[in-house]
Amino acid sequence: MDNKTPAVRMRNITKTFGPVVANDKVWLDIYRGEILALLGENGSGKTTLMNMLSGIYFPDEGQISIDGREVVIRSPKDAFDLGIGMIHQHFKLVDVLSAAENIVLGLHEPGRLDLEKVAERIRGICNAYGFEVDPHQKIYDMSVSQKQTVEIIKVLYRGADILILDEPTAVLTPQETDKLFAVLRNMRNDGKAVVIITHKLHEVEELSDRVAILRHGQFIGDMPTKKTNAQEMTNMMVGHAVSLNIERPEPVDPKPRIEVKNLTVRSIDGVLKLDDVSFTAYSGEILGIAGISGCGQKELLESIAGLQPTEGGSICYIEDNGEREELIGKDPLAIADMGVSLSFVPEDRLGMGLVGNMDLADNMMLRSFRRGRGFFTDRKSPKKLAQDVVHDLEVSTPSISTPVRRLSGGNVQKVLVGREIASAPTVLLTAYAVRGLDINSSYTIYDLINRQKQAGVAVIYVGEDLDVLLELADRILVLCGGKVSGIVPGRGAKKRDVGMMMTRLGGNAANE
Amino acid sequence: MNKQSKGPLVHIVKRGSLPWYAAWGIRALAIVLALIACALVTTVTTGENPIQVYAAMIDGAFGTARKTWITFQNMSVLLCISLAVTPAFRMRFWNIGAEGQTLAGCLATAACMILLADKLPNWLLICTMILSAIAAGAVWGLIPAIFKAKWNTNETLFTLMMNYVATQLVAYFVILWEVPKGAGKIGIINQSSELGWLPQLFGSKYLLSIIVVAIATILMYLYLNYTKQGYEIAVVGESERTARYVGIKVEKVIIRTMAISGAVCGLAGLLLVGGINHTVTTTIVGGRGFTAVMVSWLAKFDPIIMIFTSLLLVFLERGASEISTDFGLNQSFSDIITGIILFFIIGCEFFINYKISFRKAAGKEG
Repeated sequence: MDNKTPAVRMRNITKTFGPVVANDKVWLDIYRGEILALLGENGSGKTTLMNMLSGIYFPDEGQISIDGREVVIRSPKDAFDLGIGMIHQHFKLVDVLSAAENIVLGLHEPGRLDLEKVAERIRGICNAYGFEVDPHQKIYDMSVSQKQTVEIIKVLYRGADILILDEPTAVLTPQETDKLFAVLRNMRNDGKAVVIITHKLHEVEELSDRVAILRHGQFIGDMPTKKTNAQEMTNMMVGHAVSLNIERPEPVDPKPRIEVKNLTVRSIDGVLKLDDVSFTAYSGEILGIAGISGCGQKELLESIAGLQPTEGGSICYIEDNGEREELIGKDPLAIADMGVSLSFVPEDRLGMGLVGNMDLADNMMLRSFRRGRGFFTDRKSPKKLAQDVVHDLEVSTPSISTPVRRLSGGNVQKVLVGREIASAPTVLLTAYAVRGLDINSSYTIYDLINRQKQAGVAVIYVGEDLDVLLELADRILVLCGGKVSGIVPGRGAKKRDVGMMMTRLGGNAANE
Repeated sequence: MNKQSKGPLVHIVKRGSLPWYAAWGIRALAIVLALIACALVTTVTTGENPIQVYAAMIDGAFGTARKTWITFQNMSVLLCISLAVTPAFRMRFWNIGAEGQTLAGCLATAACMILLADKLPNWLLICTMILSAIAAGAVWGLIPAIFKAKWNTNETLFTLMMNYVATQLVAYFVILWEVPKGAGKIGIINQSSELGWLPQLFGSKYLLSIIVVAIATILMYLYLNYTKQGYEIAVVGESERTARYVGIKVEKVIIRTMAISGAVCGLAGLLLVGGINHTVTTTIVGGRGFTAVMVSWLAKFDPIIMIFTSLLLVFLERGASEISTDFGLNQSFSDIITGIILFFIIGCEFFINYKISFRKAAGKEG
């Protein structure tokens, strides 16, 4: 490369977790005044590598140098002392404290704590980089993007000039993402080294100066972003050529399947989660649900699945012959007893859809264990189903008696989706079906969902990646603060318009 | 020269999974190390020959046919209570009230023997004892379960408190039924008539409880691993949200499982009073309700492995009390020995789950 000294030089970094080699002799250079995108599929070791830089893990082998000096990073504190700060995917903030209090938490500054002075410094940082945050606002009052801002300021406040962001855009709307990117560019121009971990290619292209790619824990290569393109990066990530188009077959003979009318849901704390929501989902169609996270998507799906107590409204299941049945007030067992075959792929795969400590066969049993009269369970058919799912969906697992928590994210999701579609559903609810999945697995899931749609299933697909929703869904229902902001056809919808509808009821009505 | 910077001297790495023989190798090594540590402590503090001490321990547990029978009888009671707590533990319901649930079973058995002995034919009396002991244990388990299911109270505290309630109840009835008046204890119930005494099998007074518990162990193993209810328990234990998601009624499972847990404790109480001691005191369970927690955990909630862990704990207890009498040592000395051995056995689980790697002595050049 050129004669610049890298801010961080990682050499021969190896880290193993039991038999799993997470990083295998990885080389990586991070320069100041540059945004580096660290790209790779799930389980390729991106986060592990950065965790070693930020002191969470300690490498088994290898050397890290900061500004040409060899260092040992034993703890997050060591990392901070070296100016390295990491913003994790899951925020680590105390809800009942204010932004300023969270930011100074754990800092041992001499003298009395003067929150006003802290706030002043925070405002200084905000002005320098273009953040917007009120230092005295409580965390519980904040949106996800504001919380993320607090996390970033927390790191800057500690004087970090090497920033690592782990999938920062996963929880943001397009508009918030643009704001974040503007801030990150300001930091780069200020001479800081910025690393973002991601697997969204269009973000890499939009934001980064250089891209480094990991695959199966190994360093594959790095190059200036300008000199590459999405297809080449994908091929490097996956190791072979893949097609990046999502199919969208025309719906065949759509009939009303689920009719939701004036649905209202309150959380246990009395917060209105869904407010007068009405729509119809048709068979043979994918209805996409877009919205900022926490706008009622979870409550909507769980209401239909019989898991969420509702306050008002109705959810009707309409059979092919036009017979209608009310689902509200019934639990999942009662819904199944009615003969409604409703499958649900929840957001929380290991905490709700599957049992992490159980093996594949036992997880298959979750849906079917009541079958048969006797006192004892039938162990044979779940085993058979597990073998079929592993074979049909190409799940990579040592055996069907491996606990599912040991599988990678993509394989966990294949197991869950495989089980849910095995019961030949007429309605398929999916929440963030490809969250955290790599490209290969994501396309497998899109393909499975499309096949269900073609088989006449009414699919309700809650998604966070607007680009995917726009390519996959036949219609898109946009939620905003628990209300229906609008329903638009998927073909021809503009990302900008949907983004506006996510943040404001009715979307760009104000502009017209 | 540039300074070779050093990593931390040791760091801890989580293992994937060990093959079973390596895991059992580590456990065997832990026992050997524990015995060596005990030998050192014995020699240093008492000057006794540790080999002799160990010989005495084995002698205490298995020295004569009678001692062996008693060891197995004690083991059967401990195993029975351990079986009782296991379904609750699999459900992540921390039932530490086995002491009280067993005591409730003891009290119910004794009540039948005292109050109904001359009113019912013996076979009917024994049937009543069985039913009431199991029912009493089940009720003692049900009370905290219902509170947990309806109002999400803390089951650990609740079951613990129920122990003291049971103890006080027994204390009350001991005074009420004391024989002779003023003795402060009940003494052997129906000593001359032997009414309500559980029958001896094959002429041995030890065999009944052993056989009953052996059957209970197999049933519990089948129940937990091969039945729909056992599967529901496992799902509720791992994740209540998953259970709700597939339509399992969590409250119902909690209540049903604790009823079973308490009922098996009640069975242990029946064996203790009707089959072994023929009396009831406040200390008849003798802390076995708590030892059972350890038996169950050490066996990772597997009823078959619990056979071995309960034997180990009973062996330690009987062996240790033998050495304190044989060598004229303080009773606390046997506690020390038991403590050291358990420390090693429980501690070795850490080495099964984690690996400790040391910094390589010669730093490799980069």
